[in-house]
Amino acid sequence: MDYTLQELMVAAGAREIRDDDVVFVGMRLPLLAFQLAKAIHAPHATGIFENGILRDKPAGDALYTMGDAPNTEGAIWTTSMMDIMALLQNGRVSLGFIGGAEVDRFGNLNTTYIGEREKVKIRLPGSGGGSDIASLSRRFVIIMNHEKRRFVERVSYITSPGFGEGRSWRDRNGLRGGGPCAVITTKAILRFDSETKEMILDSLHPGATVEEILENTGWNLRCASKIDKTEPPTRSELQKIRKYDPLGFWTRNTMR
Amino acid sequence: MAQKIFSMKEAVSRFIEDGDSVVVGAALESAIPFSAGHEIVRQGKKDLTLIGPISDMLFDQIIGSGCVKKVIAAWVGNVIMGVGYNMRRAMEEGIPRKIEMDDYTNFAISLALHAGALGIPFIPTKSLLGTGMMSEEQPFKGMECPYTKEKLALVPALKPDAAILQAQRADEQGNTHFWGGSGVTKEAALAARKVLVVVEEIVSRKVIERDPNRTLIPGFLVSAVIQEPWGAHPSPMQGYYNRDHEKYMTYHRESKDREGYLKWLKKWVLGLKNRDEYLKLLGEEKIKSLLIKHHRKSLPVDYGY
Repeated sequence: MDYTLQELMVAAGAREIRDDDVVFVGMRLPLLAFQLAKAIHAPHATGIFENGILRDKPAGDALYTMGDAPNTEGAIWTTSMMDIMALLQNGRVSLGFIGGAEVDRFGNLNTTYIGEREKVKIRLPGSGGGSDIASLSRRFVIIMNHEKRRFVERVSYITSPGFGEGRSWRDRNGLRGGGPCAVITTKAILRFDSETKEMILDSLHPGATVEEILENTGWNLRCASKIDKTEPPTRSELQKIRKYDPLGFWTRNTMR
Repeated sequence: MAQKIFSMKEAVSRFIEDGDSVVVGAALESAIPFSAGHEIVRQGKKDLTLIGPISDMLFDQIIGSGCVKKVIAAWVGNVIMGVGYNMRRAMEEGIPRKIEMDDYTNFAISLALHAGALGIPFIPTKSLLGTGMMSEEQPFKGMECPYTKEKLALVPALKPDAAILQAQRADEQGNTHFWGGSGVTKEAALAARKVLVVVEEIVSRKVIERDPNRTLIPGFLVSAVIQEPWGAHPSPMQGYYNRDHEKYMTYHRESKDREGYLKWLKKWVLGLKNRDEYLKLLGEEKIKSLLIKHHRKSLPVDYGY
């Protein structure tokens, strides 16, 4: 069955969700990944949304944002952002998803600006809840386009902290959460060395090569001793993704 | 008792002053007071500071109209499409004017408003640590906890001049029912000096009393109640209408350059007198397509004794 790159990334994102996870869902592709995981392999996972929603079943209709009416219908709890952030800060959230404009070798993300505060070259939208998720969730997954200008040796501004300068940086800075556990890109899946906390190439998407990944990464990227192949989405995963994104807004670029 | 019912035009003219700090978009992607924002633009308010968690398109529109000198927010853009072009033009090129931004996170905005609501100067958090937001030019500071010795970030209180909050219904005194995820709506209402409530329907006091758990804002905090059906369009209002996704897509294309944005502005804001004219321009067919089709009514509960 043919599939798009976005469908592959949604499936890879969903597979990071475990059945006992409390997931801080966020926006864009993770909205779909959560729906997919619930339908396929993580029926008991709980999803929380920072506008103030907690739900444990897929929404009845396609979601473009967490604030869409179908995300409230069938929810277990609708409340304030403060309550959702309380769960996050108090260590109750096991997994979060975030995206970024720039990521570096220790998984730090910049979504604020490129340039200087007084002389902004490119103004990016900002943190949203991303920085809170990166600081406070027990683990988090980064979803990114794999391009050299986005995979930089060192981000100029840390919006959402990964492992900082590596090793025990998070502890030294008083951060509670466990840091990033995976980076799902348009070409590969990367993970982090348990000691140095540096990003490592872990799995290649079908058709991608190690050379291509290295060329599109702005530092000398290390590779795992055995590099996996990312499993393509299964037929049943694709059926669900297409059910939750019927017009292909997120996964088939049909409307942009 | 003071008369609190105003038209949008009267309410904005009377309660939003040049230089005010104003919360808009407190419930994130839903219940965004677009109608109020457009009236602010029509009245050409100046030097506003906009406060919000994320802002899905409305901040971008108000910034592009030159009403804003500063933004205090976690995210400014267009949630399904990405960047806000007016925000970029203002920050990168000073078009139509230079604006300042204090970068917050969503949690930091809720904590800042919560501190304002509690009447205390700051609140500590375990977020923000190690990020660029802890730099000296930003409002946050670090501290060692006097009890546990752990590192903390401090978020100073925000006490906005005004909060414009969109909800489903209120009575004439501003006692306001809200359902769905409310974001920082309650914190904003409790922290702000002036509270403007924009609702789909004005209901009797009895409707409020019959379900006090659904009251998010008590009326004695409210300065103005504005009945403005479809006032949140194109954002969704639970129980009334769905999100108009297409509007976000077309705005993204139309606002890409300054000229395109000015054309959009004339068509959808400056060339119209009020929300009625906006709804006429939007058209019946579109409105019909956004109506709630799968109703899910709550069941009554017993508050008796």
